[in-house]
Amino acid sequence: MSDVALPALADVPANSVRAEAAPARRRRPLAYLQAAPMALVFLVFLAIPLLLTLMVSFWEYNEYEIIPAFTLQNYRDVFEGCGNLADPCTTARTYLSTLKFCALTLAFTLLIGFPVAYFLAFHVRSRTVQMGLFLLCTIPFWTSNVIRMISWIPLLGRNGLVNDTLQGMGVIGSPIEGLLYSDFSVTLAFVHLYTVFMIVPIFNSMARIDRSLIEAAYDAGATGWQTLWSVIVPLCKPGIAIGTIFVLTLVMGDFVTVGVMGGQQIASVGKVIQVQMSYLQFPAAAANAVVLLAAVLMMILGLTRVIDLRREL
Amino acid sequence: MNVELIGLTKRYGATLAVDAIDLKIPSGAYCCLLGPSGCGKTTTLRMIGGHEAVSAGEVVIGPRAVGDAPPAERGTAMMFQSYALFPHLTCRDNVAFSLRMRGVAKAERRAKADAMLDLVQMGHLADRLPAQLSGGQQQRVALARALVTGPKVLLLDEPLSALDPFLRVRMRVELKRIQAELGLTFIHVTHSQEEAMALSDLVVVMNGGKIEQAGDPRTVFERPASAFVARFIGGHNVIALPEGKVAVRADRMRLGAEAGDGAVQARVLAVEYQGASVQVALEADGMTEPGGLSAVVDDATFAGRPLAPGDRVALGWDPAAAHRLDA
Repeated sequence: MSDVALPALADVPANSVRAEAAPARRRRPLAYLQAAPMALVFLVFLAIPLLLTLMVSFWEYNEYEIIPAFTLQNYRDVFEGCGNLADPCTTARTYLSTLKFCALTLAFTLLIGFPVAYFLAFHVRSRTVQMGLFLLCTIPFWTSNVIRMISWIPLLGRNGLVNDTLQGMGVIGSPIEGLLYSDFSVTLAFVHLYTVFMIVPIFNSMARIDRSLIEAAYDAGATGWQTLWSVIVPLCKPGIAIGTIFVLTLVMGDFVTVGVMGGQQIASVGKVIQVQMSYLQFPAAAANAVVLLAAVLMMILGLTRVIDLRREL
Repeated sequence: MNVELIGLTKRYGATLAVDAIDLKIPSGAYCCLLGPSGCGKTTTLRMIGGHEAVSAGEVVIGPRAVGDAPPAERGTAMMFQSYALFPHLTCRDNVAFSLRMRGVAKAERRAKADAMLDLVQMGHLADRLPAQLSGGQQQRVALARALVTGPKVLLLDEPLSALDPFLRVRMRVELKRIQAELGLTFIHVTHSQEEAMALSDLVVVMNGGKIEQAGDPRTVFERPASAFVARFIGGHNVIALPEGKVAVRADRMRLGAEAGDGAVQARVLAVEYQGASVQVALEADGMTEPGGLSAVVDDATFAGRPLAPGDRVALGWDPAAAHRLDA
């Protein structure tokens, strides 16, 4: 974190600031021009679609058409019956289920990702080996998501490799049912997919830790665990936060993994939207999407409150 | 506490970084390990501090050989070149870090940290983060952090190299003051002979993993043990004579009429005005001293008989000032 923006401006003599300000003003139109292509891409492919979604979420619809008129009915449908805490509404239960997968995936990706990143950052000396091991971590992405998930079936199925082997060894009498099409298989697929999104930002944070800090901790009499908890983990917080944002947004919006690995039996927010889309209930889907977006944004906002991410970026 | 190195050796594969050095540093001494980069001085310091495994030989601190003991058990503390302050902790927490690691209660470690910060005159900035401090201030905090556990030996790895020249001189005074105040043994690695001269009771000049000379600054300056030492500490001319090499201090060189009997003719290469004195770079006929010769002339004397680059002048030296070199 040595290259974190230092509040050094206070030390800079005022006249040098003024001297730099003048050319900066002249350069400003050029800077806008340089940022324009990316801004245009964001505008066309992100801002406009989002605004359209927001707009459609207020439209009316029936079985065969969507009607450009203003209504709050779509949102009322989303939150219907949600006032009752004892018997949560469908939306609340769906969100709870999705949040459960978020929590599980986060816990496991962090549990696996942190040690892997630690190993890569602190124990692998050579750059080449580091890059090679990084590539290993991306192996799950070498094939399409669907193929990857289908290949879990022969492994986890009722008569799959795991059950067969365990039965063959006499560990279990009858096949374990919960291996496939269950919370377990969904979480497994998520963790398999998203651990690398946790590894990379944490590794990035670790790589910035000045090695002399570790020595300084050792010099101060800290044990390995104390160094980990008092020095490395606090300095990795931004990386953990960025990894968390990746995992949160990916799991919150997912419908394919939950669908395939859950045997189409497990609810998720993304799945609700997808089903509504398939029935051409676009305004309802849009309203759900806006609520989901708001929920995810609030989570990220909460995270940035805890950890100052701007320092890392 | 006194520190003794016995046949201390560090090997990295086939390369010998530190070659069986022997050294005795008396208790309460300010010792500077001086040498060019790659001479093994930092490796030696790190072996004393327990940050580098010893290949052969022994480090003895006080009454016992420390072997592979971790730094905290040696009674040493290290101040790192880049200060290595924890960026996520305030100054106070940085200083209190080692106390926290030892399980000292919060109130007590706070009080001790504040006392240490006061000693280095940083008490008023105890709640700042390192990034909010200037280089000199960070250094003071690093010093306080190293001192807070009451080490018997303080190891300093080029502590002043990151500071600007003005601050460097001020911190130098500060280091000496704190060392005298606490009566600790300081071992200070530097490549600046000026720093070593100004600070130390014991200068250890190292080169190629070996100790070229160890002694008090005056002895090292007056009677350098080798041509390397004479050149490295500066202010000397190494002159090859038929009977062997001699070192003559630049300020004992004689120019013009005072050059004496054995004078040679020399050409002035450059003249540098330095305030109280003037340094004249010279090239003597028939003498091939790498880096040339230099003479330091008192400014009043120089003003009476000015020289300009290209001038020819007689060059000699006070024979009593010529110090025979063994190597």
